[in-house]
Amino acid sequence: MLDVVIENYVLLAGVIFTIGCIGFLVRRNILVQLMSIELMLNSVNLALVAFNRQHTGDMNGQAFAFFIIAVAAAEVAVGLAIVLQFYRLRGTVNSDEAASLRH
Amino acid sequence: MSAGILLFVVCSLMCVGGALITILARNPIRGAMGLLGTIIGIAGLFLRLNAQFLAAMQILVYAGAVVILFVFVIMLLGPSAGISESQGARSRFSRLFSGAALAVFGAFALVFIGRGARHEFAVITPAHGSVEAVGGRLFNEGLVPFELTTALLIVAVIGALAVARSKPNAKKKVELENPTLRMFHGPLHPRDAERPLSGDTLSERVQKESV
Repeated sequence: MLDVVIENYVLLAGVIFTIGCIGFLVRRNILVQLMSIELMLNSVNLALVAFNRQHTGDMNGQAFAFFIIAVAAAEVAVGLAIVLQFYRLRGTVNSDEAASLRH
Repeated sequence: MSAGILLFVVCSLMCVGGALITILARNPIRGAMGLLGTIIGIAGLFLRLNAQFLAAMQILVYAGAVVILFVFVIMLLGPSAGISESQGARSRFSRLFSGAALAVFGAFALVFIGRGARHEFAVITPAHGSVEAVGGRLFNEGLVPFELTTALLIVAVIGALAVARSKPNAKKKVELENPTLRMFHGPLHPRDAERPLSGDTLSERVQKESV
C-alpha cells in the first residue's frame, strides 16, 4: 500500500521553495517579491515540521518553526512599510527603480 | 485511497497551485489570494504531521495578519500596485536567465532528492505536537529566545511606524527670489530662511519686529 512518507513532504517543500525563489528573481514588483519570500519561509517551515515528525521525543523542529513564523511576521511589517515609503519616493513599486546607490 | 493520502494530495495541490498563482499573477491582489491558498494548504499539511498548534498559528499569523497586511498595502497603493513587467528591458535578460537556470537546477535537484528512498514515519505518542508539548519546549529550554522574540516584534512595530510615517524629501531648498537682495540682506539667522524677502535692511527688520 502506497503511503505518504517523509520524502513527499521534503519534495513538496523543495518545490514551493524553488517556485518562491524563481518568483523573487524574475518578478519586478516589490510586493510580489515579498510574497515570494513568504513562500520560501513557509516551505522551510513545512520541511522543519516534517523532520520533527520523524524525530520523536522532542519538539525542536516545531519550536523553530514557531520562531520562523514570528520573524516572518516582523519582516513583513517592516518590509511593507519600506514598500510604502519607496512608493511615496518614486511613485512606483518597480524594484528596478531602487537604483539610487548606483552612481 | 485512504483519507490521509487524499488530504496530502489536496493540500499539496493547493500549495503548489497557490504558489504558482502568487508568482504568475499580473494583479497583486490575485497573488495575495494565491499566497493565502498556499498558507492554508500548508496548515492542512501541518495537521497531517501532528502539529496542531503550529497549524493554528499558521492560520492566525499568516492568513490573519500577513495576507491581510499585504491586501491593505495593495489597496492603499491602488492601481499602481500592479506594474507592467515588460517595460524597460534593463535587467530583463538576467532575470529570465536566472529564473530559468534556477528552475532547471531545482527540477534536477528535486528529481534526485528522494529517488528510491522511502522512510516511513516513526510511531509517535498522541502528545506529539500538542500545545502542551510545544509550550513546554518553548518555556523550559527556549525561554530566552522566546522573550527575545517579543523584543523583536516590538522593535519591528516601532521600526515599521518610524519608516512609514517619516516623510521623504523633508528638506526643501530655500528658493531665492532675488539673489542680489539675498546677498546683502540674507538670512542672518536660520529662523529667517523661510521668510519672504521684503527688501528691508537688517535694522529696519529689527525695528519692525520690536514694534
